[in-house]
Amino acid sequence: MDTKVIKPEAEGRGDRTLKIVGTSPVRPDGVPKVTGLARYGADYALPGMLWGAILRSPHAHARIRSIDSSKASALPGVKAVITSADFPEQKYEFVGPERVAINFWHMTRNVMAREKVLYEGHALAAVAATSKIIAEAALRLIEVDYEVLPHVIDVDEAMQPGAPLLFEDMITRGIDPPPNEASNIAKRIEFSIGDLDAGFAAADEIVEMNFKTAPVHQGYIEPHACLARFDNKGQGEIWAASQGHFVVRAFTARLLDMNIGDVLVHPAEIGGGFGGKTVIYVEPLAAALSRKSGHPVKIMMSREDVFKATGPTSGASMTVRIGVKRDGKLVAADGVFKFQAGAFPGSPVMNATMCGFAPYNIPNVRSVGYDVVCNRPKSAAYRAPGSPISAYAVESVMDAVAAKIGMDPLQFRLVNACRTGTPTVWGPKHAHDGCAETLKALLAHPAYAAPLGRNQGRGVASGFWFNNGGESSATVHVNEDGTVVVATGSMDIGGSRASMAIMAAETLGIEYEDVRAIVADTASIGYTHVTGGSRVTYATGIAVVEACRKVITELCARAAMIWSVEKDQVSWEDGSARRAGAGKHEPLSLKAIAAKRALTGGPIGAEASVNAGGAAPGFASELCDVEVDTETGSVKILRFVVAQDVGRAIHRSYVEGQMEGGAVQGIGWALNEAYVYDDAGHLLNAGFLDYRIPVASDLPMIETVLVEVPNPNHPFGAKGAGEVNIVPVMAAVANAINNAIGRRMTELPMSPPKVLAAIHTAPGK
Amino acid sequence: MSEILYEAPKTLEAAVALLAGAGGQARVLAGGTDLLIQMRAGRVVPGLLVDIKGIVEMTTIVAENGGFRFGAAASCMELVEHQAFAREWPGVTDAVKLIGSVQVKGRATVGGNLCNASPAADSVPALIAAGAVARIVGPGGTREARVEDIPAGPGRTTLADGEIVVSLFLPPRPARSGDAYLRFTPRTEMDIAVVGAGVNLTLDETGVCTHARVSLGAVAERALLVPEAAAALIGSKVDEGALGRLAAAASAACRPIADKRGTREFRVEVAGVLARRAAGIALDRARRKG
Amino acid sequence: MAKHHVSATLNGNDVEFLCETQQTLLEVLRDELHHTGTKEGCGTGDCGACSVTLDGRLVCSCLVLGVEARGKSIQTIEGMAEGTSLHPLQRKFLEHAALQCGVCTPGILIAARSLLERNPDPSEEEVRFWLAGNLCRCTGYNKIIEAVLDAAREMRGG
Repeated sequence: MDTKVIKPEAEGRGDRTLKIVGTSPVRPDGVPKVTGLARYGADYALPGMLWGAILRSPHAHARIRSIDSSKASALPGVKAVITSADFPEQKYEFVGPERVAINFWHMTRNVMAREKVLYEGHALAAVAATSKIIAEAALRLIEVDYEVLPHVIDVDEAMQPGAPLLFEDMITRGIDPPPNEASNIAKRIEFSIGDLDAGFAAADEIVEMNFKTAPVHQGYIEPHACLARFDNKGQGEIWAASQGHFVVRAFTARLLDMNIGDVLVHPAEIGGGFGGKTVIYVEPLAAALSRKSGHPVKIMMSREDVFKATGPTSGASMTVRIGVKRDGKLVAADGVFKFQAGAFPGSPVMNATMCGFAPYNIPNVRSVGYDVVCNRPKSAAYRAPGSPISAYAVESVMDAVAAKIGMDPLQFRLVNACRTGTPTVWGPKHAHDGCAETLKALLAHPAYAAPLGRNQGRGVASGFWFNNGGESSATVHVNEDGTVVVATGSMDIGGSRASMAIMAAETLGIEYEDVRAIVADTASIGYTHVTGGSRVTYATGIAVVEACRKVITELCARAAMIWSVEKDQVSWEDGSARRAGAGKHEPLSLKAIAAKRALTGGPIGAEASVNAGGAAPGFASELCDVEVDTETGSVKILRFVVAQDVGRAIHRSYVEGQMEGGAVQGIGWALNEAYVYDDAGHLLNAGFLDYRIPVASDLPMIETVLVEVPNPNHPFGAKGAGEVNIVPVMAAVANAINNAIGRRMTELPMSPPKVLAAIHTAPGK
Repeated sequence: MSEILYEAPKTLEAAVALLAGAGGQARVLAGGTDLLIQMRAGRVVPGLLVDIKGIVEMTTIVAENGGFRFGAAASCMELVEHQAFAREWPGVTDAVKLIGSVQVKGRATVGGNLCNASPAADSVPALIAAGAVARIVGPGGTREARVEDIPAGPGRTTLADGEIVVSLFLPPRPARSGDAYLRFTPRTEMDIAVVGAGVNLTLDETGVCTHARVSLGAVAERALLVPEAAAALIGSKVDEGALGRLAAAASAACRPIADKRGTREFRVEVAGVLARRAAGIALDRARRKG
Repeated sequence: MAKHHVSATLNGNDVEFLCETQQTLLEVLRDELHHTGTKEGCGTGDCGACSVTLDGRLVCSCLVLGVEARGKSIQTIEGMAEGTSLHPLQRKFLEHAALQCGVCTPGILIAARSLLERNPDPSEEEVRFWLAGNLCRCTGYNKIIEAVLDAAREMRGG
């Protein structure tokens, strides 16, 4: 579709012309993926392999009085049965940065229930048997004595005094002094700048609204699956589809009380994750079953298991109040964000409190968050975790504020857009531009001026996401024939092998086709953090470029040796070593140097491991046109434009693909996706038939505008591009529906019955 | 673990004998698009599957006495791709087209859609509106039944033990006849009907409706034939007034549940909307067949 | 208890396998015949990742029993390329970056080929509706639709 690239004038970089960065070559791993030969998590097998199956709770909340697996163990073909007794107890402590803190006491209980089951689908035993059919039959023979307990699903209800408690002794963190009573509120957080009361007192107009959102699932098409093999020396191997095989290694080793070095994790191809595969579910169970049975064990989740037992993102209950001067300047903003964590603490509410107001320069802000447990699967990361939820509330109120003061909603945002130096609610000042540029791109887009028909409406919204850097490793090896292999520890979830190969080829000055990029296992490359937080092209890209630069230094040294000159007499340009000084000298190509490697010191290669700081955040501004069927409440997406600051696109098509995919996930979230529970806490729509992710016929072509405000901290200016595209979507759709029918939709999903009910109460348009 | 037997008889007689011999433990396997899911979920544990796709009269589509007879086990895609049938019964064809994806229609059958007895089955209201008659064989021989008399409630039919729906007969079409089926789903495809409405009507030379049948799906425990809604059309020129009365009668006939797919109020309201819209399409089709 | 002994053809080659009644064709392809290119996304016919053709008819292999394949011709993703020569759809999917994670890709390629066999010149809307049974969560479908339309154009000789 119509793709525009906007390069702001103040680019601030005097680069030579880039040859490969910004193009869209075919990915190195392409052919196996179109011929069915690429191996995903479920595609591995070993001789003597057993099938694992997991017993899951039928109750939303129950105490486990006893588990009797003797009949299951006695079934012919059953080789091992495990329960929580096969996993050591973990210390109760939160480790790591607060925004993504982990508590292994919780993790081991989520992987295998101990004292209680906390949601329908919670694992509490697993078996390994010689066939799937036998393993399933064995599960039916496990006898569990449950004491069924009252449960709580809704976040507001879970916060009420007297609500059923998931953890009878959990005291809310983040309140000083701590409360005396236990509750389901795991944590309270608050950020503020300025003087909120003075800010609202100075406002000419104030808008306050309440919102609710439903938990939604990442909806990756590949269910979680892995194969594990443990030997009698206490070492193990795992083949798993994950967003981070180093994290799988670390978590699995911890839960099994093993040394990290005794676990080797092979990165299977991953069939989508969107954050949901940054955590572990089946890996420690397969490993424990393999360790106990002495055979390789494979576990595949069913789709029903995926919906019932893996991470959705939180549903939320929110209140947002914004004050503005008549001239459009924001003066105060206040948000309260209550997030469902699911059965264990750790919703992305902290992100939500930080991101919600981040696109704007507001002098007086308070942002309060609550992390609340309830009897649902534990939430997991989902594309810019937390930010889309608070953005739905904030950007809806922003739209209402613009209408109230009679300003164009994009101009209103532009007047208030953050820039380098704008304070954030969490302390540091913004260090990068990009927000205003996306708004200007949308203002200039023909879609913004296009006429609308009857029952049609247009909405816009903006969003912010941090983007991450962090730890990554890469090796670059020059092959005997002068081709190059780049290995990294980053799982390739959407074409990152291609972007790594592009950056290596560009740096080395050689052809893209002469570079092959692979994902190395945990024993073959240095530690690399997850493929998440839009960090791979940035952080792993920096590692690749750094390794390439080391290789260039070495190539120059080899050329100096060949020419018998000092190293400083040699420079690298366009893929060849060039000799300085008088006289004409033929350059030495990488291929020529590689051919003489044995004479000059042997194989040529380099490794780089980085902990990359300096990641720049992502901003996106988006436009949505809808048509509402006023007799049925059905909303049709007519047009959708994503303008996103990507820093610089490394592989253009895959950057567009991230933006298109993020927009469509947001459209599903906006219109139809939701977990539906019955009164007993059973999930009623644990399948793709009734958990309605968008299908091809629901959608128009998504239009993308790649705004490029380069990040000077990356060799080519890249910013993370994977996530921020989803942040504004629900608000853009809600604002478009409001524009069409004159009613604010304050609850997600904006499904036909809700829209029709709203139409019946609408003042008319 | 109990073994599941599988048989693929070539004749109706053999199929009936297998079912009769299984003491209620047998299930008929047609397309399997519902049965396999029920088996996987453990909701159905059959002792014997009788695969009836090898029986000729159950899988063929033929012209008969000016109408059409199609085997209950013919795949939905075979029916959808049958051009003469689609010309004569565009509403039934539209309904069959809405049964799942292309892949699902490659296996699913109209007989299965009927006998699975989901109140939301898409083909059933269209067949009821069309006046379709099912041929049924069983231990007691062969009988005929109107489609509206087969579903009894969710997952239940009026078929006796061991009976199989063999084929469905759609009667000859008078001139100036048209049919239509519409359903409401949140997505454009891949959903179960929240409401379905089938309308079949015939006009005289002056454009007055002389015959109409209206059926609604997913608004009661089974698909409903709604004579009151048809009565709103008969004798009219299917004008705005008649369509309004049709919509009101359709909504009044609903007795839906609220579930994960829709609320009660929504179903009642939208049933009227869809009946009116379907009647408009059927009217256009009838006029073009003048 | 005796398993069924089934003979069929898989991508034109004769195959034989043993299966239990309840084993689906998908399970037989993956677990017995080691053709893991066909993926399980849902097991209930709602995602299309397991699409294959059976006697030329596009189906979800999770909704077919292995024993039902007796005597039939099964076509899977592994048989789509001719030797070393990719099918135009496979090439266009790579050129258009129509896959991100790639797990839905085999099913979509099989479904798209089935469409182009019946309709060599589909509209965008026809492609979108034909592929509605194939879920993709990564791409938002843009590039998939573009790749199918482009492949159709090339196969028509345009």
